[in-house]
Amino acid sequence: MPEAPLAVQDAANAPMLQASGVTHLFDVSKPWLQRVIAREHRQTLRAVDDVSFAIPRGTTLSLVGESGCGKSTVARLAVGLYAPSAGEIRFEGQPLSSARAQPELRRRMNMIFQDPYASLNPRWRVRDIVAEPIRAFGLVRAQRDIADSVARLLTQVGLAASDGEKYPHEFSGGQRQRISIARALSSEPEFLVCDEPTSALDVSVQAQILNLMRDLQLRLGLTYLFISHNLAVVRHMSDRLGVMYLGRIVEMGSAETIFRAPRHPYTRLLLDAIPDLELIGRSRTPVGGEVPSPIAPPPGCPFHPRCPLANARCRSEKPRHTRDGDVLVACHAVEEGRNTT
Amino acid sequence: MPLLSVRDLTVEFPTRRGLLRALDRVSFDIDAGEVLGVVGESGAGKSLTGAAIIGLLEPPGRIAGGEIVLGGQRIDNLHHEAMRHIRGKQIGTIFQDPLTTLNPLYSIGRQLVETMQTHLTLSDAEARRRAIGWLEEVGIPAAAQRIDAYPHEFSGGMRQRVVVALALCAEPRLVIADEPTTALDVSIQAQIITLLKRLTRDHGTAVMLVTHDMGVIAETADRVAVMYAGRVVEIGPVVEVIKHPAHPYTEGLMGSIPSLEHRVERLRQIDGSMPRLNAIPPGCAFNPRCPKVFDRCHGERPELLDAGVTRAACWLHADRAATPAERAAHA
Repeated sequence: MPEAPLAVQDAANAPMLQASGVTHLFDVSKPWLQRVIAREHRQTLRAVDDVSFAIPRGTTLSLVGESGCGKSTVARLAVGLYAPSAGEIRFEGQPLSSARAQPELRRRMNMIFQDPYASLNPRWRVRDIVAEPIRAFGLVRAQRDIADSVARLLTQVGLAASDGEKYPHEFSGGQRQRISIARALSSEPEFLVCDEPTSALDVSVQAQILNLMRDLQLRLGLTYLFISHNLAVVRHMSDRLGVMYLGRIVEMGSAETIFRAPRHPYTRLLLDAIPDLELIGRSRTPVGGEVPSPIAPPPGCPFHPRCPLANARCRSEKPRHTRDGDVLVACHAVEEGRNTT
Repeated sequence: MPLLSVRDLTVEFPTRRGLLRALDRVSFDIDAGEVLGVVGESGAGKSLTGAAIIGLLEPPGRIAGGEIVLGGQRIDNLHHEAMRHIRGKQIGTIFQDPLTTLNPLYSIGRQLVETMQTHLTLSDAEARRRAIGWLEEVGIPAAAQRIDAYPHEFSGGMRQRVVVALALCAEPRLVIADEPTTALDVSIQAQIITLLKRLTRDHGTAVMLVTHDMGVIAETADRVAVMYAGRVVEIGPVVEVIKHPAHPYTEGLMGSIPSLEHRVERLRQIDGSMPRLNAIPPGCAFNPRCPKVFDRCHGERPELLDAGVTRAACWLHADRAATPAERAAHA
């Protein structure tokens, strides 16, 4: 357990969203009868384990990691789609559960999902999809004013006002993601959780959407929690970065610093594993092994089975976060200075 | 003579609303032992090109023109049964999802043995010995024990290793790998790419690597073909295509990829999206989105033209042929 919520010290001003010691467990037990017959115990999966962070207003925090590291679970926790099993999330200084109960605060957070094919109702016209949050929060009452807002939102995301008459199937993937963004913006939110918003898109379309999201952030002063597995995209979008492995944040700090000088061995592995245009014809020795099952994570540091720097301490003792400049790292090797190779 | 030669390959889909031309006069060669990357965005026709070569086009799709020559033999007009012997023996395949490639009801050993015995003359004992050898070569730990395990007992990365073994075990001369690492995490992707590179180099196998990930191409391919709306728009050595793209589409595509090395304020974007197959504009298919469009682009479709060391289907290069010195430098 961290002594004090480390996240508090990170934020210069009052953060938009703050998570302290958040843990989330999923019950993955077999049905009761099977369990009794096989004499098995309940099984839980620790998807998120003691995660703390703060997102200052108007900035982007990205969480990056491989499948199953818990980044999407954090995204869902951050907007209250899941309740944390332990720890606390505060939005604008208020506990998230009570913030969500107040429409005035609730409308200030919204989410953009990964799959623009699954997240839009195919039976609704685009104008109704975009207007739904406006109606739900009663931001504007008159029909004509709602139509005006929808037209303004669609233009803002680079679509035509007349596109409101169409159905989602008439649009391409990139255009659908623009509709998702227009819908997310319609409640005039300040905080957006973006869960892999471009990973279903082609690169040229991804560039359009990333540019749009940056423009909107500058223009509207939005705060983003950005979830992605693509480090190059994350580098482009983030002010601050958290690297997750098996439910824990192993390294967190200024994105610039982490990309310039990654400290945690896992961050180094990730950066090294990415094929990059700058490295044509490079040959390398990739780190072996795979992410272990989160149902039975290895003892000690969860990364030790794959870590080139692991020793006896790593196998038995969970590393705490230690501060190294403007970066927090959870690694015994870094703490002991064994990583200078 | 190249190992694989594709000339003016055209694939059409008859539909109720008319004929859709999904591939339009696609031409390229692959030399023995060479890795050709094929890139493009969804719907550009890259997977379809692979499917046409191995004779597995989904009906009603059909080859409407052109020819495919493998090692001197024309294979696009072969009978179904003859094509079955080409697949596996001459051309190995690796697809995106290892679970759909592997038969869940057979142990991986049985699948390897069956593949080898179909195409090579081997005794049962020899086939099993070689199967274990292949599993060791693709990095399956304790191969001799795990040979009788079933696909579901392996993780995604391990399954893809088995698929690589399966594609190579009959010693084909060409492997078509269609998005072989797209379903995998980056650290596993790096392992599979390294494996594929090492094995195909050791066995002298040529590879047609189809992917949307330019990073994978940059690291793996010798040459790269860029596809757009069912056509090859640029083809050339991988360094040249990435560093000095000659086609405006390739240039836009490279600019839109965020880089790990340096951060830019805005990514370069290509406005609009790729045309649908029923609405491909006349002339150059890229002309509505091209920043350098001029009159000729609307009327005439450009063929692949010499553009320095690469070849690009773009009228900007109509009067520019490579100097002998430039060619010699990349020969």
